[in-house]
Amino acid sequence: MQLKKRFFAVAVACAVTAVPALAASKTLIYCSEGSPAGFDPARYTAGTDFDASAETVFNRLVEFERGSTQVRPGLAEKWETSTDNLTWTFFLRKGVKFHTTEYFKPTRTFNADDVVFTFQRFINKDLPFNKAAPTEFPYASDMEMDTNIASIEKKDDSTVVFKLKKVDAAFVQNLAMSFASIHSAEYADKLLKEGKANQLNTQPIGTGPFIFKSYQKDASIRYDGNKEYWKKGDVLLDKLIFAITTDASVRTQKLQKGECHLMPFPRPADIAGMKADPKLAVMSQAGFNLGYLAYNVKHKPMDQLEVRQALDLAINKKAIIDAVYQGAGQAATNPMPPTQWSYNKTLKDAGFNPEKAKELLKKAGHANGFEITLWAMPVQRPYNPNAKLMAELIQADWAKIGVKAKITTYEWGEYLKRAKAGEPDSVLVGWTGDNGDPDNWLGVNLGCSAVGGGNNYAQWCNKEFDDLIVKARTLTNQQERTRLYEKAQVVFKREVPWTTIAHSTTNVPMRKEVQGFKVSPFGLYSFYGVSIK
Amino acid sequence: MFNFILRRIAVVIPTFLGITVLAFALIHMIPGDPVLVMVGERRLDPEFYRQAMQRLGLDQPLYMQYLHYLQKLVSGNLGESLVTHEPVMAEFLKLFPATVELSICAMLFAAVTGLAAGIVAANRRGTAVDHVVMGSALTGYSMPIFWWGLVLIMLFSVHLGWTPVSGRIDLEFDIPAVTGFMLIDTLLSGEEGAFASALSHLILPAIVLGTIPMAVIARMTRSSMLEVLREDYIRTARAKGLSPVRVVVVHALRNALVPVVTVIGLQVGTLLAGAVLTETIFSWPGIGKWLIDSISRRDYPVVQGGILLVATLIILVNLLVDILYGVINPRIRHAR
Repeated sequence: MQLKKRFFAVAVACAVTAVPALAASKTLIYCSEGSPAGFDPARYTAGTDFDASAETVFNRLVEFERGSTQVRPGLAEKWETSTDNLTWTFFLRKGVKFHTTEYFKPTRTFNADDVVFTFQRFINKDLPFNKAAPTEFPYASDMEMDTNIASIEKKDDSTVVFKLKKVDAAFVQNLAMSFASIHSAEYADKLLKEGKANQLNTQPIGTGPFIFKSYQKDASIRYDGNKEYWKKGDVLLDKLIFAITTDASVRTQKLQKGECHLMPFPRPADIAGMKADPKLAVMSQAGFNLGYLAYNVKHKPMDQLEVRQALDLAINKKAIIDAVYQGAGQAATNPMPPTQWSYNKTLKDAGFNPEKAKELLKKAGHANGFEITLWAMPVQRPYNPNAKLMAELIQADWAKIGVKAKITTYEWGEYLKRAKAGEPDSVLVGWTGDNGDPDNWLGVNLGCSAVGGGNNYAQWCNKEFDDLIVKARTLTNQQERTRLYEKAQVVFKREVPWTTIAHSTTNVPMRKEVQGFKVSPFGLYSFYGVSIK
Repeated sequence: MFNFILRRIAVVIPTFLGITVLAFALIHMIPGDPVLVMVGERRLDPEFYRQAMQRLGLDQPLYMQYLHYLQKLVSGNLGESLVTHEPVMAEFLKLFPATVELSICAMLFAAVTGLAAGIVAANRRGTAVDHVVMGSALTGYSMPIFWWGLVLIMLFSVHLGWTPVSGRIDLEFDIPAVTGFMLIDTLLSGEEGAFASALSHLILPAIVLGTIPMAVIARMTRSSMLEVLREDYIRTARAKGLSPVRVVVVHALRNALVPVVTVIGLQVGTLLAGAVLTETIFSWPGIGKWLIDSISRRDYPVVQGGILLVATLIILVNLLVDILYGVINPRIRHAR
């Protein structure tokens, strides 16, 4: 009994003395959702990896304005292009310091060598560094950086020239993406000489607002504010700590208790409670994403326009948004979100009309309906928080017009591989914008080049549509491009390769003492310009 | 005893081989591969895919991949993570102390409370105390770990504010990993309040992880005690006029402990399996979370190596338990 009493006394005493107070006033604790796979942004494709490296430690030649898709100068102060848009010259910022850490002390400031090294990694497989640390660059490959850059040359210490094989109107936007973060060539050289090339991925050196200090897998990542950051006034924190917390409910509880200041990806069911909590604020913004249902136009009877129109008309989007997004979503009309420039505002959705759907099916020769496979994603994504439920709602809607849908799913990697190969009749997928360029929506997901292995899940190759987007890709004048993309959206809406379902709302809960945070349209979490009251 | 240990070690070798085959087969049976996971929703260029699979050695037939794996294993190399490119053993050694620390604390909690509950229930057989204790044990045994963890966090951390929600220590402390055991490292660091913080972070996860073993130990202790308490020598001890406490602790408990120690040994497997969930709920950076992440990333060498290392540990613990029998009960030692 005595022992028991003592045990509880010690336990309670320990607990009370250790009730955590948020650390020093200029320390921000971010309850991140997972451990990064590494700290070299070029190797990865997930936001979790980019938040921990690209958004903290690194800069890029150009960068997205915080909370926007607009590009602003980064490590390049300005840039110019040749008349044929194949040669791009970047004029670099002078005097930018790389981080000084226990494991690296730079002897020079940022210059053209660093840019050349960063991009040579993508295009030159025989680069000694690539031989020493062989890896893949999936995002660079996805954006065709590895194949489209013909050469990259240092003109002088502060001028770099890129030569492209074909015109890419989104080239500058692509350079603002996380994977294009600029490494220190001097650091890479040092690692190569020491036979530690892989350390580039574990102990990063960049020019960014936060200096990497330590990482304990599945526990925490620590950064110090970069007092010598080239953009004065952007670093308002002394320390930044990522408290890795994979479970969304636990993240919520930590935020409520004050063990962290800000968290990503709350459960929709928790939002109302957090909004009611006087210590918390929930910042909401329309997501730069789209959840959609693609019809495989190469499969019968989806090759008939009337059938696609009928399936589209039979879906009750409002019911889906209420049930699946729990109100945190906006019905989608176009194959891009309304915040994307070139969004065609004149287009209207076909609406929910089962009677008209039945008529169209009759006209198409399917008065008695037909059977169809409907693929539901096995994972949650920002654009689709519950694909299984969404599939069940669609199945019920289609049953009312006589269409029997068989819901199918696979492991996520397998799902994507099979869906890209054109196996399903209809498939639930989605997209979150990468770079704020319209081609990243229309070209990547609906272009003819994306059929069969690419992201064109509808396997839809329409010449009229494709001519418009291919032409737009070769132009740099935004007005001209907008005109072409608006026309392309009209073709899309007429041909119905997808039922566009919803753009989800991004909710970011935080403690009220957090100041200056902005929600990124790309789903990234950046802490420069953020302070603690 | 020495011969017995040698015989057991000889049996371990085919067991290891079986585990390597099983671990290899299971992870390769899961659909998808590391390159598909890495690319995710991005465009998958066939040439990129081919080159990546070739570089990772995944383009070879499965039996060749297995033989290469075995070849490395024989030379003591568990391979490198496909994702982080770090040696599997180095990653394991970094994370393993956290799991061990949690498991030891969970086992301490389970053994102390389980033994106490079992003894009390046996001595009050058929009374309300017995029913309450055994009812609680059954409830504990049936408790889904995930739910139990969240309930305890909600009650003790959020509402009462007695314990932290998750993690190993308050983030205001930046304790260098010397041994990897946070309780020891905080003592070594000498930072004021760090040890108390680490201890307070251990309370809830240890209770959650220890709940099922505690229930099993309580039930086993009760039934074993009941059996022993019926023995003639207990009656003799009582007749000699020994105090009830002395009869129970010195005469009954020592003999009742043999099956209980077996159960405690078997619970190591349960603890490591339970650690996977407990570590996820409490953001505890141990090998459970590491394995789960590696499975979802199809990081084959990590999953294979991790399973092999955990299996080795369980085999070793079982061997130790066998040896312990002999220490507790000399009759067993002589029989062998």
